[in-house]
Amino acid sequence: MSGHAASAARFAADEERAHWHDQALWAVRAKRDAQAAAIPEWEELRETAAAIKAHTLSRLADYLEEFERNARANGVEVHWARDGEEHNAIVHRILADRGVTRLVKSKSMLTEECHLNPYLIERGIEVVDTDLGERIVQLAGLPPSHIVMPAIHMKREEIGALFHDKIGTEEGASDPAYLAEAARGHLRAKFMAAQAGLTGVNFAVAESGGVVVCTNEGNADMGTSLPPIHIACMGVEKLVPRSRDLGVFLRLLARSATGQPVTSYTTHFHGPIRGGELHFVIVDNGRSAILGQETFRRSLSCIRCGACMNTCPVFRRSGGYSYGYTVPGPIGSLLAPQRDPRAYGSLPFASSLCGSCSDVCPVKIDLHHELYMFRQELVARRVVPWRKRFAMKVTGLVLGRSWSYRLAGKLMRAVVPRLPRFLVYGPWNPWGRARELPPMPRKSFRDLLREEPS
Amino acid sequence: MSSRDAILAALRKAAPPPSPLPEPPAGIVYPDPVAQFAAMVAAVGGACIRVPDLGALNVELTKLPAYARARRTVSLVAGAGSSNLDLAALGDPHELEGLDVAVVPGELGVAENAAVWVPGSSLGPHRAVFVIAEHLVLVVRADRIVHTMHQAYERIRFERPGFGVFLCGPSKTADIEQALVIGAHGPRSCTVFVLG
Repeated sequence: MSGHAASAARFAADEERAHWHDQALWAVRAKRDAQAAAIPEWEELRETAAAIKAHTLSRLADYLEEFERNARANGVEVHWARDGEEHNAIVHRILADRGVTRLVKSKSMLTEECHLNPYLIERGIEVVDTDLGERIVQLAGLPPSHIVMPAIHMKREEIGALFHDKIGTEEGASDPAYLAEAARGHLRAKFMAAQAGLTGVNFAVAESGGVVVCTNEGNADMGTSLPPIHIACMGVEKLVPRSRDLGVFLRLLARSATGQPVTSYTTHFHGPIRGGELHFVIVDNGRSAILGQETFRRSLSCIRCGACMNTCPVFRRSGGYSYGYTVPGPIGSLLAPQRDPRAYGSLPFASSLCGSCSDVCPVKIDLHHELYMFRQELVARRVVPWRKRFAMKVTGLVLGRSWSYRLAGKLMRAVVPRLPRFLVYGPWNPWGRARELPPMPRKSFRDLLREEPS
Repeated sequence: MSSRDAILAALRKAAPPPSPLPEPPAGIVYPDPVAQFAAMVAAVGGACIRVPDLGALNVELTKLPAYARARRTVSLVAGAGSSNLDLAALGDPHELEGLDVAVVPGELGVAENAAVWVPGSSLGPHRAVFVIAEHLVLVVRADRIVHTMHQAYERIRFERPGFGVFLCGPSKTADIEQALVIGAHGPRSCTVFVLG
């Protein structure tokens, strides 16, 4: 076992915790269902959102130019970064040129992808993640395990112990209200001291040159309303053409993500705060390469709601860290191997192909189908281990001819019941590790059909 | 080639064939959008109070415990509540720390999700008031409540500098074991007065 299967096995070894994780995410999925059911035009919204994204991707360069032009007219400084390294250097230069040593951040998966925090910290800048879940994992020295609920894998007692150690809460205290209140005080001091705020971007609007940031806690609003400098970092795919497109996506995003009708704060930035500066950093980092791949480009439509994770039977039982990538779950299993097929080649197999992810995706990415297609791509590129390729080859040969299929069935029915258990359930049968084979029937379906009086 | 030009060239080269841009769908229409709005405000952890006029609003406002015990208040709604803090005199938004209550006008209310649109031009010289206050009071006119976000965006105009925010209930988090906690970073309560 290697890759996702091995790390998932470590997570699943703690059965009680794996069950708890599964239930916590399923509860979020149930809340999402209730919200979706309350909107009669839900399916039409999904169709429209998918079409808007497809259209935008077909003219992305034009829309980016329009966005840049309008943003500049609004007094925003626009920067472009080909990759994560350039993105980090741009952000660092903005901060260093202005003598900023204390930065508050709200959630940005892009900056996680680019590893911005360690880059800035190495260069002497204090970086404080201000979303409560992100602050928890930052204090624990871990990346987020889920893109919307970064600390979903941690129990309240663990967070209580962490806070006792790092921010001086009472020993043994684990009440969420108490811990959240302590974090509020701790982070309020950070907000008051910050010289700049950095946010991600949920949507960028070409026709107005503005960006929209969604949070429940108000941390992006605190971080951009007090200090004079705001840096917003976005992937090229965040564009929508028109302001009225926001209505479509905002109706879908929070309902799909957490089962809320909309986030508590949906903030539109179209220029700097009075007397301050606003910077947009537009990042490619492999996205143009994904756009060029016909089969997989729809993964660029993703609005990072996390619904595919909450519903995925594999994610729920294996945890976000088992994927080893910034974005886990079904969508991450498509994005990661496009970046590095050797490192993340096991992820497209971390799916039962049940299709639940595709059913809940608010922008209708055909996730399970694309995962299936990616498996074939990986086999063609020989990234899949030889044993798996060999086994599939043999299976294909046996099942591809009726005589060999019949012979194999006959042999199995005769031989398997006589074999000692250790031979059937040996290491060559990973399928049987947690499952029992069904009892072998004495006769094949074909035999039974022949005996049936017509 | 600059990074900008390189990225744009790569995106043009990789662009899929053209596909049409659809219009947003017609949204749900509620029989009583004000009642729907009030129900949604409660569902997202806020409180909604309907008042016929500003006189009645002020009576209800003084009944709110958060307002009654507030030491520092700001009102950006003429005739609703009172200010004892001169925003124009503050040199720096950090001086707003410790603000107990902010009364803020909403331009639109959205029935489907309890969101209230607050443009930056309504927030005075320091936009931080809406998030730094310990308690938030929003005032929306009943005839400014729309059914859906689609209708809201038809009415919103982004004038420069064009800051604006949809506020939906108090600040909240569920990042510790999915347990809902009200008052994460921003206001600990959100009361929405529907006027008229």
